[in-house]
Amino acid sequence: MNQEKKIPLIRLAKRDGVQPTTGWLIRIASIIVALLLGCLIIMITGANPFEAYATMVDGALGSEVFVRQTVKIAIPLLGCALAIAPCFKMRFWNIGAEGQITAGALAATFVARLLTGSVPSIVLLIMMALAAIIGGGIWGLIPGFFKAKWNTNETLFTLMMNYIIIGVVAWLQIGPWQARQGRMAQFHSDAILPKVAGVHCGWIVVLILVVIIYFYMNHTKQGYEISVIGDSLNTARYAGMNVGYIMMRTMFLSGAICGLVGFLVASGANGTLSSNIANGVGFTSITVAWLSQLNAFVMIVISFMLAILTKGADTLQTSMNVPVSISNIIIGLLLFCMLGCEFFINFRMIFRSKHHEKEVGKNG
Amino acid sequence: METVNAIELRNITKRFGSVVANDSVNLTLKRGEILSLLGENGSGKTTLMNMLGGIYFPDEGEIFVDGKPASIKSPKDSFNYGIGMIHQHFKLVDVFTAAENIVLGLEGEKGKLDRVSIRNAVQEIADKYGFDIDPDQKIYDMSVSQKQTVEIVKVLYRGADILILDEPTAVLTPQETEKLFTVMQNMKRDGKAIIIITHKLHEVLSVSDRVAVLRKGKYIGSVNTKEATQQSLTDMMVGRSVSLNIDRPVNPDKSDRLIIENLTVRDKEGVKKLDNVSFTAFGGEILGVAGVAGSGQKELLEAIAGIQKVETGSSVTYVPPEGASSQLCGMAPIDIIRNGIFLSFVPEDRFGMGLVGSMNIIDNIRLRTYREGPGPIVDSARSTALAKQIVDDLEVVTPDIDRTPIRRLSGGNVQKVLVGREIASNPTVLLTAYAVRGLDINTSHTIYNLLTQQKMKGVAVIYVGEDLDVLLELCDRILVLCGGQVSGIVDAHNVTKEEIGLLMTTVEGRGASS
Amino acid sequence: MDNIISFIVALIVAAITYSTPLLFGTLGEILTEKSGNLNLGVEGIMYMGGAIGLGGVFYYEKLAGSPNGYVAIVVAILFAFIAGAIASLIFSFITITLRANQNVTGLALSIFGTGVGQFVGEYMRVREGGYVSISNELKDFFIASPFPKFLQDIPYLGKILFSHSFFFYLAIVLAIVMHFFLKKTRKGLYLRAVGESPATADAAGINVTTNKYLATIIGGGISAIGGMVYITTLAGCTWNHEGLAGFGWLAVALVIFCMWRPLSAIWGSVLFGALMILYTRLQIPFVPTEIYKILPYVVTLVVLIISSIRNNKEKQPPASLGLAYFREER
Repeated sequence: MNQEKKIPLIRLAKRDGVQPTTGWLIRIASIIVALLLGCLIIMITGANPFEAYATMVDGALGSEVFVRQTVKIAIPLLGCALAIAPCFKMRFWNIGAEGQITAGALAATFVARLLTGSVPSIVLLIMMALAAIIGGGIWGLIPGFFKAKWNTNETLFTLMMNYIIIGVVAWLQIGPWQARQGRMAQFHSDAILPKVAGVHCGWIVVLILVVIIYFYMNHTKQGYEISVIGDSLNTARYAGMNVGYIMMRTMFLSGAICGLVGFLVASGANGTLSSNIANGVGFTSITVAWLSQLNAFVMIVISFMLAILTKGADTLQTSMNVPVSISNIIIGLLLFCMLGCEFFINFRMIFRSKHHEKEVGKNG
Repeated sequence: METVNAIELRNITKRFGSVVANDSVNLTLKRGEILSLLGENGSGKTTLMNMLGGIYFPDEGEIFVDGKPASIKSPKDSFNYGIGMIHQHFKLVDVFTAAENIVLGLEGEKGKLDRVSIRNAVQEIADKYGFDIDPDQKIYDMSVSQKQTVEIVKVLYRGADILILDEPTAVLTPQETEKLFTVMQNMKRDGKAIIIITHKLHEVLSVSDRVAVLRKGKYIGSVNTKEATQQSLTDMMVGRSVSLNIDRPVNPDKSDRLIIENLTVRDKEGVKKLDNVSFTAFGGEILGVAGVAGSGQKELLEAIAGIQKVETGSSVTYVPPEGASSQLCGMAPIDIIRNGIFLSFVPEDRFGMGLVGSMNIIDNIRLRTYREGPGPIVDSARSTALAKQIVDDLEVVTPDIDRTPIRRLSGGNVQKVLVGREIASNPTVLLTAYAVRGLDINTSHTIYNLLTQQKMKGVAVIYVGEDLDVLLELCDRILVLCGGQVSGIVDAHNVTKEEIGLLMTTVEGRGASS
Repeated sequence: MDNIISFIVALIVAAITYSTPLLFGTLGEILTEKSGNLNLGVEGIMYMGGAIGLGGVFYYEKLAGSPNGYVAIVVAILFAFIAGAIASLIFSFITITLRANQNVTGLALSIFGTGVGQFVGEYMRVREGGYVSISNELKDFFIASPFPKFLQDIPYLGKILFSHSFFFYLAIVLAIVMHFFLKKTRKGLYLRAVGESPATADAAGINVTTNKYLATIIGGGISAIGGMVYITTLAGCTWNHEGLAGFGWLAVALVIFCMWRPLSAIWGSVLFGALMILYTRLQIPFVPTEIYKILPYVVTLVVLIISSIRNNKEKQPPASLGLAYFREER
């Protein structure tokens, strides 16, 4: 009954079927709009925007070394986006990736400090990864538990969890685990991830994760449960699903993957733990996941795109004296445009005309 | 005062797609009159009133308010004509007080919220008509009846002199109903015109001056309440039996399948939705469940299916065709599945419960069986094959089975998929709620045949329906619910529509003691 | 004894200094959230307010030659407010009109806003040859108390009550005004109705879209003033993004902690301010200093959990917080 609409409306924005190709065309157009807006910002600094973009692309992809650095930036972005996808599919707004990364890195570092020297490198790395998975997983499980049990607002909960674990690491960094001047010691080489093709092997891990998450979301029973819960809780209960348990399980999984990413960053990229190990990746990756329509393969493209912008802006600062923060502005613009463009994919503008009633009230 | 009608509807027609909800309806309402609008579920009462409330706009016909033609395009227009509609679902802000809700959206003389004068004005209305209301009470602390009072005072505060109450008594206890009727009489004396939608005949007789009857979207006529009896109103409401030619073979091989004893269910507010319901459903028969909307049908099916919490003392015993019987109360749906009980359920809310609207047919087919098959991976070959089979067998019209979201199919095809899936699991019990609602004749017959086939296979089918003609021709026995109680279980082969109609509305006398 | 008292006085004074930026950030976000919009971009908004507010003062001083302190304060507030309002306008357009997810859009605004703030800060530094600073007279004016000296000289009380910058008193007034607006006026009631149940508000003839836009934009402007206050008082009128980092998120936490009530935000912000600086003043053996810094988040979490377990109807987020409203789905 309530699906009816009042007939005399001047302008209607109506939900429409999604045509995949048109959808992606609109999204690409929105990226172009964002880049054009970015031109204006660059022009404020007095630089030639096209030259600036060229410098950015060159700085990100111009040489093998640059590409490696860009990949290094993309790895955690992609990894966390993959972690967030199941939660968001379930409409569980986990914005705690930042903390889950940190928790994972913390757990891995703990193991590294404990076991370095007493076990072979490969065993140590596996133990660190497992610890990171459990650490991040628990950090995700806690808000999941409270959501399942008392329906505690998960957005606000996960947000608070970020700063708590970051504070704990900050304390360790200047306290018990401090090596010198507010920093922790670098890991022993046993606890450092080996490099493959010049970048720490985390990129392989993350690419494998892409396939696994894609498969998990689309072909497994658990992935199916997540999709049903995201659509309707009542349907899930009707189908015999234990919604609270599935919520907690999914949050553990999400936190676990973030934790693993934390391990990759600590052991692969940084070689140590610090309180800013997540460095905003947890937040940016949420936008990556959302803009990719939670599609694991599209996430590769989007995270790589953001990595190019970030790395390119670095070069821009050194070569053209444009503040490096321009990357955040352009990324912000990109996100705005891509978020906004979904409206034009999901809704069709219908201007008032005589004949616009079609099939309504199918199940009145 | 008597000469001009407060409201006059002329030849109002409203269609939703191919369904005609109101077919050239005429209706008049006088000042100082209480008019009951009577009709079965789906007879178009609420649709008609929604056109006065500004929710819908009529396709054809004219509306006159106080003798002048009116064009009601929005709730705001309706309000400007002095019409106040009280919907079944209240629109109130929970954390606000009654007074705050009452003034919501009104322009005040001052920007400041003058609580004292608002409270006084509310109190004045309450005293005038005999409402029991505390202007400072928060909505979340209120009973359903108090919330309804707030809604009524809200429209009166806004100066409405034509009131439309959509099934106001459905949520009230007999005592609260009594109070409401007193208030309505007071408002009538004050010159207000009132339309009350209801199915309860004794209420119609006790409160209204005149009764107008709708049946299947058509206006049947109106009578002065003084000249009406329960029997005459029932006859007008249900009409003459129409033969539907539903094939009804008898399965001679009947056995106990579900034994329900003392089933009691309360809703969140603590109101009894099912009250000590006891009956037995046999394998090899279709047991119809009749009753006006909200008599406990939904709770009955959901309690059996394990989705609804039941009170202690309730018992649902499942007797399988072979083997030991088991107690379903306390079992979650997953336990029922794990215990190998083949219980299928076609819920009323197709997209909110039975199906996932954004998923394709294959994914919907596997909703109840996705756990089958070894390992963590969904057995997609099995569900694809089943989806194909259901689409072929039931002639589901769909562009594909693996891409199009099921929400985009037409209602009949959606229901075929849902019923097809539930039957495909070879159930021993099949629960259906309003399985043919909104479907065309042909699809409806397909569904009837499927249910009868199941019956002949020995399945215990429970069919909750609203169309009495269908219940009479499809079912073997009919259980009638009234206010959450069983008001009778009758043999469908030799009972009349009128008898059922009376059972649906008149157990209240018996139930008043509870 | 005297030592303890003067220690406590000093602690309160310092806590209030730290609380002021936070209070603005929180008040703005309360107004926003009361309309049902969860704007997680406060961090970015405060960055923009800080940098652009500072820029406003800096260029005002440069142009005016002999600047007037009062004008400088107005300029700072105005620039910061406009910056925040524009940022929130972007957020409002994307979430209200284009119906995008509020969480994701808020995070995007955080990224964008911190970028803009940094960019403006650095850009000014580069253009002005390495250092952007305000004259000492103006700096003092920003920090100075608006009250006469004899009031400030009252023992203890004078320090606690009258020694703070103009901005603190402005924030108090704002909190009281907001409390009055939300509780005692029709417009405030209607705004809360929008945040609680947009469908009900819509049915009652309240314009949901306008209310959401206005509350979010004004709220964003107020939050942005907080960033400016940090830069002009605590950071000594220089761009200091490390110092400002985290204030926005803390403001989001404080909104929860004070349960969406402006008056509670006053003491809540002082408490949070105290927790932020306690470690520099009070070294408790075995309690590491960095742990103090997470206390605001821990207590907020505890409040959030307790309120959800007790399920007290009065102490809940606005019921439609974070949800987009479509009239068609009524």
